[in-house]
Amino acid sequence: MRRLIRRLGLYLLAVWAAITVNFFLPRLAPGDPVAALQQRLQQRGSFNPASLDALRAEFGLNTNDPLWLQYLKYLNNLIHGNLGVSITRFPASVGDVIGQDIKWTLVLLSVSVLLSFSLGTLVGIFMAWNRGTAFDTALSSLMMFFYSILYPWLAIVAVYFLGFNLGWFPFAFGYDTSLTPGWSAEFIASAAYHAILPALTLIVSTIAGWMLTMRNSMVTTLSEDYVLLARAKGLSSRRVMFAYAARNAILPSVTGFAIALGTVVGGQLLVEIVFSYPGIGFDLFQAIQGQDYALADGILLLVIVATVFMNLIVDLLYTILDPRVREGRSVSA
Amino acid sequence: MSQVPSVPAPQTSPASLEPRDQLPPALVPDVQAIMRRDSWGATLAALARALWRAMTLNRKVTAGSAIVGFFVLVAIFGPLFARQDPLKFTRDLLQPPSAAHWLGTNQGGQDVFTQLVIGTRSSLGWALLTGLIVMGISITVGLVSGFFGGIVDDALSLVTNVFIVIPGLPLAIIAVQYFSRTTLTVALVVALTSWAWGARVLRAQTFSMRAREFVTAARASGEHTGRLIFAEIFPNELSIVAASFITTTIQVLLGVAGLEFLGFGDTNSISWGLMLNGAYTGSALFQAAWWWFVPPGICIALLGSGLALLNFGIDEIADPRLRVSRRRRVRRGKAAAA
Repeated sequence: MRRLIRRLGLYLLAVWAAITVNFFLPRLAPGDPVAALQQRLQQRGSFNPASLDALRAEFGLNTNDPLWLQYLKYLNNLIHGNLGVSITRFPASVGDVIGQDIKWTLVLLSVSVLLSFSLGTLVGIFMAWNRGTAFDTALSSLMMFFYSILYPWLAIVAVYFLGFNLGWFPFAFGYDTSLTPGWSAEFIASAAYHAILPALTLIVSTIAGWMLTMRNSMVTTLSEDYVLLARAKGLSSRRVMFAYAARNAILPSVTGFAIALGTVVGGQLLVEIVFSYPGIGFDLFQAIQGQDYALADGILLLVIVATVFMNLIVDLLYTILDPRVREGRSVSA
Repeated sequence: MSQVPSVPAPQTSPASLEPRDQLPPALVPDVQAIMRRDSWGATLAALARALWRAMTLNRKVTAGSAIVGFFVLVAIFGPLFARQDPLKFTRDLLQPPSAAHWLGTNQGGQDVFTQLVIGTRSSLGWALLTGLIVMGISITVGLVSGFFGGIVDDALSLVTNVFIVIPGLPLAIIAVQYFSRTTLTVALVVALTSWAWGARVLRAQTFSMRAREFVTAARASGEHTGRLIFAEIFPNELSIVAASFITTTIQVLLGVAGLEFLGFGDTNSISWGLMLNGAYTGSALFQAAWWWFVPPGICIALLGSGLALLNFGIDEIADPRLRVSRRRRVRRGKAAAA
């Protein structure tokens, strides 16, 4: 319990730190971002005084308030979910844009992460069980390659070969745009069909990590005496594999899961961009392209907070999985 | 703040791709013995032998060094053999691979193969340089934190843990968009968001080392703190530093390439990430110009897998349990036969 409270404190601190960085960076950056933006917008001919005012308000640059007061106002706005106004999607507020698009990201992310983690871990178990065989060696080498793959690159390759060239899958947007979004069977089928390729990309680019972690952890566990004893007792292979070895070997994978979340979420944002998927990753790309600081910052802050929150969940899970942590004993694995 | 599951895991994930406690002794050449040789020639020969020995200890290490070595050579000497100016626009727009353009040309008629070769220097160079910056931060924070303990340690560990929890890429994007979008900015931002794991591992090691006798002896002989930390303790941790450097380099390679893909970085220079950005924004996809976007991604993945192989190989040398010997397989086969 003490441990969880300490972790909770750490997570709150992390969120606060991210928010604070987000507040001070635009103020530390050389030049006036709003003036620079105004110039760029005017050049492009899409200058809109109203959006500029919104922007100034968002940055807190139109006031003569001392910095600390600006900071407090900024925090107050955040707490009330007021993230400012998007200039690329003017007059929608950042909160509206995110609220509308985040479900796409959430569904895609959770489905692919869960599939990838469970599948990768399972294959890792079998690789370790059959260590040294051609199956293990070949798959290990292949996974070494997939481990270092750049998510957006794999997305581009998938879009080109499976989508554009072979035409097996749609390669852009989250659903057939001729349909109206809603809970109709047709729309859901279309959305699922459109999600296959992005999900596949995410699964392929993340699965190597889970597989290799589980394989190595499992190989180490398999040389433990209790596994030998279980075998000597004549327990079935399946029982030894899952109830004795895998159960203990999975702990590093769970920790790895928490640590990898940040990378996976970052990768998801990049994959969405390539697929023009209607989630917040694609919004982020458009925001960066259009110098829409309010929208970009809102999305990034949300991603950071969500990742930290998922860390907390994994922490809870860890407590359930590892009795040593639960009982407050030190873990020296 | 050490109440974190102590099984360390890297930013990306496999347990073996993270800074480990110790580099196996077999991999660390006895530098003093080598330096004691009589002539420079003998020293060089001994160094080469030590390097060769380290490289051939394990098949994964051999394969990994070969791949990484290849890219290092291309980065150093490749530009000397470049037949074309990689940025020169020509009239051969979007040509498929041919004898004149081995990997075809892009939308501006620039030679993709030449860009790939020239880009190696930038991608590998920035990855290594950023890796060094990351290690610099990790070493400073880790050693200072572990050595002093107490309040200093509490404060630095807290910062470290906060950076471990915050996802790197989103934070990097926040930071990079407000500053000039050069590759240097990208590298610095990636460095600032990826030093935490190394720092934690080094802190733990320093913590266990500061009470050892040689440190007490050095302290008793009146050495000042800076020397104690960096001249006495640090050399004993070189093996960990070397190992986490490999992990960090993979992360940084992918991190920088990811940000470059998003359009950050010097747009008029050449690197694998920027090539991908060019291909994506120039819609190479819908012009079926696969030769434009496939090669840089393969190079990134190959270089990364070379580094990963090195890391896994070192792990196998360090932890005999991970070694999957052929003998074992034979024995199992025999047991089954009997």
